[in-house]
Amino acid sequence: MSKHTLSVLVENKPGVLARVAGLFSRRGFNIDSLAVGETEHPEVSRITVVVNADEQPLEQVTKQLNKLVNVLKIVELEPSTAVQRELLLVKVRADRPVRSQVLETVELFRAKVVDVAPDALTIEATGTAEKLDALLRDLEPYGIKEMVQSGLVAIGRGSRSITANPALRLAA
Amino acid sequence: MTRPSPESLAQRAAAQRSAPPAATSAQSAPVAATGAQSLVKSLEALGVEVVFGIPGGAILPAYDPLFDSKLRHILVRHEQGGGHAATGYAQATGKVGVCMATSGPGATNLVTPIADAYMDSVPLVAITGQVARPAIGTDAFQEADIQGITLPITKHNFLVQSADDLPRVLAEAFHLAATGRPGPVLVDIPKDVLQAQTTFSWPPALDLPGYRPTLHPHGKQIREAARLIMAAKRPVLYVGGGVLKAQATEALRELAELTGIPVVTTLMARGAFPDSHTQHVGMPGMHGTVSAVYALQRSDLLITLGARFDDRVTGKLDSFAPDAQIIHADIDPAEIGKNRHADVPIVGDVKYVLEELIAALNSETHPAREEWWAQLNDLRTRYPLGWEEPEDGTLAPQYVIKRLGEIAGPDAVYVAGVGQHQMWASQFISYEKPATWLNSGGLGTMGYAVPAAMGAKVARPDAVVWAIDGDGCFQMTNQELATCALEGIPIKVAVINNGNLGMVRQWQTLFYNSRYSNTDLGTHKHRIPDFVKLAEALGCIGMRCESAEDVDKTIEAAMAINDAPVVIDFVVGKDAMVWPMVAAGTSNDEIQFARGVRPTFDEDDL
Repeated sequence: MSKHTLSVLVENKPGVLARVAGLFSRRGFNIDSLAVGETEHPEVSRITVVVNADEQPLEQVTKQLNKLVNVLKIVELEPSTAVQRELLLVKVRADRPVRSQVLETVELFRAKVVDVAPDALTIEATGTAEKLDALLRDLEPYGIKEMVQSGLVAIGRGSRSITANPALRLAA
Repeated sequence: MTRPSPESLAQRAAAQRSAPPAATSAQSAPVAATGAQSLVKSLEALGVEVVFGIPGGAILPAYDPLFDSKLRHILVRHEQGGGHAATGYAQATGKVGVCMATSGPGATNLVTPIADAYMDSVPLVAITGQVARPAIGTDAFQEADIQGITLPITKHNFLVQSADDLPRVLAEAFHLAATGRPGPVLVDIPKDVLQAQTTFSWPPALDLPGYRPTLHPHGKQIREAARLIMAAKRPVLYVGGGVLKAQATEALRELAELTGIPVVTTLMARGAFPDSHTQHVGMPGMHGTVSAVYALQRSDLLITLGARFDDRVTGKLDSFAPDAQIIHADIDPAEIGKNRHADVPIVGDVKYVLEELIAALNSETHPAREEWWAQLNDLRTRYPLGWEEPEDGTLAPQYVIKRLGEIAGPDAVYVAGVGQHQMWASQFISYEKPATWLNSGGLGTMGYAVPAAMGAKVARPDAVVWAIDGDGCFQMTNQELATCALEGIPIKVAVINNGNLGMVRQWQTLFYNSRYSNTDLGTHKHRIPDFVKLAEALGCIGMRCESAEDVDKTIEAAMAINDAPVVIDFVVGKDAMVWPMVAAGTSNDEIQFARGVRPTFDEDDL
């Protein structure tokens, strides 16, 4: 099995996320990560789903997704031709003796400190899953008190747009 | 009680049919209306003739304008009956069936018929009342999230948020239900939306940017399919229910006769190709004929038309049709490659697919494929469908069903429940015309027959409609006979009463050491209920038949009654089994012609 990133363009209507998520679970697929947001067309939302599946079942789930009336378009984004990012917020124990070492790690990963307490720092980082994993590995020895991660979002490289209007055939 | 005569009913329905088809072309300038009025006007504008339903609190506003409408509302006794009736209506006509229920339990009682329609791709629109918008999410009285509940079993569903949306949503619901791969659509309408003031105008603009079914097949795929067909030595036309849905039976016959290729019709496709046609080699699947199962297993090319490689047809998938290349034509792209890889995938309406295949193959000289036909004909001769007379002298259920088919003939509509009687009805009645065989194929819903027969009879009042039911099934939905009696819907019901849940008992005989856990219904032992008395209590004429000599005259007596529903209690033996059989999870090659009897195929003789 391998990971696939699907960009699913949907009508921005109530209940559409439930239809998409329900379809994955109903057909026996595990969603690794999911992120939803509006696009440059306010009537269109974009769901980015990372799913772990073989080629043939993936084709089946894509076809089933396409059958949902509110789904406008599905594009698989290949890691080599797309920019993929996740957002991480992590609260790390950072007493005086180790604080400078923690800050050094933050610097190294081009992350930033977004909140400071006497005994802890909250760090924000964006990047690929691999980079964020590496950051977490480096921070772990200091003591991770709490962390939260966003779903992955991705966009194709180059000037082409998957939301170009004619392809979507949006109602005015 | 005065019942409308069948004649007056027929005229009533005919008058409704010839009334201006109100179709989407009818223009209507904006008029002030309540949401409920807008709903009823929309249904009228969509050409709806009949709605099967039951009122209740949340849907009540809709029933007031319905009182004045030319729409016929049939008050059913249980919402499940209303749903199956709408399905029967749709299956008998190809038109969208409509059912209506209130919120909460009314809506949840529709879940089974909606799931049934989803599995069998039936165009159905279910309209449900919902609690008022401010009460949604508060666990209000008779509140159920029916949109959420039906997400996995509808083609699409709507929760209407504004009365202004009603004409558009209903037009979209009917469009979705009837086009592409048909299916059920649910429209949930909160009570305050029905009561709100709005304006009604027609036609609305549909707003379905994500919905565009592919109707016309790709020319390259058609050419590739034609090439494989010409090259095949052992081709088979594997015909599914999609051919009936697409009303493509004429085109199918043309292609079959043009190419001389054998045809198998699945349970959902019985009647899509005449049983009496020499090229018809039977129904494939778990209880299919030896010749049809063998044809698929030994084929080198399956020309799959509106069928979906269901497990009941393929048996163990790994060993299904091992030497066959696959042409798979379906309007639903997700069916192609779902269970079996397609060498030539064709997405499109099967009617257009057939027409284009005919055009591509018309000028060719088609081989006679004598060797292939000799093998199939040999199997047809050696392994015809049949049964052994019960040793205990009881009436053979197969005989009853066979005689019923012979007496009622190929113009009657036969509607089965689920189980042994369903399989025998698919085996021993000769189907010659489309839409004469209705059953619950995908979901296997016991209790389908009586209400679906009611819907079919409403749709086709001039046709003789027989429900062939089991004593188990019949006890699930027979309350709709009261509806039939009062509404003047004279269906006929043959209860194949073996006193048991027959198919389950058959499996207990074969796979559970004859330990009959909870399959005896007592309808023999205690005659509870007495189906004759029950029929009479429900306003029907009840008859009983217990011996082979009485079968014909009882059926003929029922055929002579046209002003009331008739129920015949055929008391049959409990030990009869459905054969041939491919046991669940085994290969089609393991088909048994009768218990412990494996057919010998020519290659076995070598």
